[in-house]
Amino acid sequence: MELAGRRSVVGTVVSRLLQAIIVVAIVTTIVFVLIHIAPGDPFTSAMDNPNVTEAMRARWRAMYGLDQPLLEQYVRYLSNVARGNFGWSFSMHRPVIDVLKDALPNTLLLAGTALVLGFAGGIGLAVIQATRPGSRTDRTLGAGSMFFYAMPDFWLALMMMLIFAYWLPWFPVAGAVDPVMHEYMGPLAALADRLKHLALPAITLALLSGAAVARYQRAELLRVLPDDFVRTARAKGLSERRVMWVHVLRNALIPTISLLGLSLPVLFTGAVFIERVFAWPGMGWVILNGVATRDYPLVTAGVIVAAATVTLGSLGADLLYSVADPRIRGR
Amino acid sequence: MTSARTNPALLQVTRLRKDFPVRQGLQHSLFGRNAAAIRAVNDVSFDIARGETLGVVGESGCGKTTMGRAILRLIEPTSGSVVFDGIDVATLHGAALRSMRRKMQVVFQDPFSSLNPRMTVGAAVREGMLIHHLAEGRAADHRVKTLFEEVGLNPDYASRYPHEFSGGQRQRIGVARALSVEPEMIVCDEPVSALDVSVQAQVINLMQDLQRDRGLTYLFIAHDLSVVRHIADRVAVMYLGRIVETASADDLYSNPTMPYTQALLSAVPRPEPGRQTARIVLQGEPPSPANPPPGCVFYSRCQHPLKDDDCTRVVPPLEEKTPAHFAACIKQPSQLP
Repeated sequence: MELAGRRSVVGTVVSRLLQAIIVVAIVTTIVFVLIHIAPGDPFTSAMDNPNVTEAMRARWRAMYGLDQPLLEQYVRYLSNVARGNFGWSFSMHRPVIDVLKDALPNTLLLAGTALVLGFAGGIGLAVIQATRPGSRTDRTLGAGSMFFYAMPDFWLALMMMLIFAYWLPWFPVAGAVDPVMHEYMGPLAALADRLKHLALPAITLALLSGAAVARYQRAELLRVLPDDFVRTARAKGLSERRVMWVHVLRNALIPTISLLGLSLPVLFTGAVFIERVFAWPGMGWVILNGVATRDYPLVTAGVIVAAATVTLGSLGADLLYSVADPRIRGR
Repeated sequence: MTSARTNPALLQVTRLRKDFPVRQGLQHSLFGRNAAAIRAVNDVSFDIARGETLGVVGESGCGKTTMGRAILRLIEPTSGSVVFDGIDVATLHGAALRSMRRKMQVVFQDPFSSLNPRMTVGAAVREGMLIHHLAEGRAADHRVKTLFEEVGLNPDYASRYPHEFSGGQRQRIGVARALSVEPEMIVCDEPVSALDVSVQAQVINLMQDLQRDRGLTYLFIAHDLSVVRHIADRVAVMYLGRIVETASADDLYSNPTMPYTQALLSAVPRPEPGRQTARIVLQGEPPSPANPPPGCVFYSRCQHPLKDDDCTRVVPPLEEKTPAHFAACIKQPSQLP
């Protein structure tokens, strides 16, 4: 029983990983074709300079192989990617892999903080609401979570910035660190500087994800609460707190795990609009800049990372289901 | 069997009542007022002696289960008192209520839904011991295994999850879970009605053995009359939230006094070929508990030859008609000396 269960888990992981590779390959192809057939290229848009002649542009295109047939460019790109070479970023004048390597820690920091805050806070709020459904507390928190759930992310980011950076100048407006002074700060001051810059974008992202978590989690808790085994738990003489956190919550985690799986890609691709508004130098910011400058290799690499993390995120969620629910194991 | 009656009462229920508000209609949505209430349990009084089994029978919806849950405080009784071992359970709160739960346990009807699907059955049995500080660590593990053996399960099964068991096995787990906190009384809420007949007998026999070995007191709720006759010392018959007759099992089954009990018992099939039984077929449905009729609740379906307008005016008290045999019917004369 145990053994069969474990073997099938390994089998699931392997077959899902193969599926993931296929999905990523298809997405790569689509993005590659789309971005190349879109009008303009790196040398028309970004270098719109009267001193650059058409002949120079043609020479540059030839240098980067952009004058070759699309199919040939595609095959060459794939063979490079397979060897771990993601090409040269036209707009950053550095290898794409280096650009992503610099951006990834920033995004991990921002999205990681926000997801932990959002999920912990969302589950906590949902438990508070579900313990007293219909009460004033429940309705107030429900209206609050609905408000943030309905809020467009870029708008909330702008409003947060307006309120907490402009009207109440508690936090810096943008960036990951102080652009001038950070280099000269001691370790403690540097850490404080980082946290201050992190606060607004992280809280904005946490409010958005936490609102969704709170709504789904509350609904699921209320679905599980009338179940018979909850009555059994009360009959044992458990405190209401233990009934809620140990018995009910564990049976109500599936929708939240789904949300977590859907949110995981944000860790690697960044919350594009929030990073953009707060000029947070993460993956989302980099990819958006790449789109604006027709930086083919950078955008394609960013999309590959996104596609890979979306498929891995849903695989992770499926594996977590079986941790949360023993009945799913071995299926 | 009747010797248990001489013991002092372990549980005394007095005028227990449970109303469920009906939240519907314009009045509720406009003014938040509850137009009506379902009177699920209506002025129920009885007592159970230590070591005794009181069976409670009645048709679906008569309030048996609600009564059991109100006694356990799994739902809040509207009024009345529940005195267990000298303590009024109905007024307990917080920690005192939780420690009272150790002494009064319950086995639920549905063995499939009453176990937490995310917990191994061993952990479910163990949890009660930990909460009430009866055993910890290896001692608790040992007690879980002993309990599993006692209810006829392989102790190695403790690490499995509920979905890996059959209905009968799960109900044994339910019994082990109830026993894990060493209760004095167990409310058995239709513990075998979800099981196959052959498995029912095994579980019933197990419960009788456990009662003998541990001196347990049972409040045994069921709608199966033969099961109740087999296990109960005394039987109470419920109709529309009221107890309408109560007597020792033998007395009640041989001399049913209240017309409803007579009709109920006449419906039990007897495995004797060729024997003609005069079956009393009740007409219609029981009245709505949201709007119970005045007088006798059974009036609308009663087949008693003497029934008249008095029955619609007087709520029949539960009177002792013959020694230790109580019935709620004003048309049955008392035969006490």
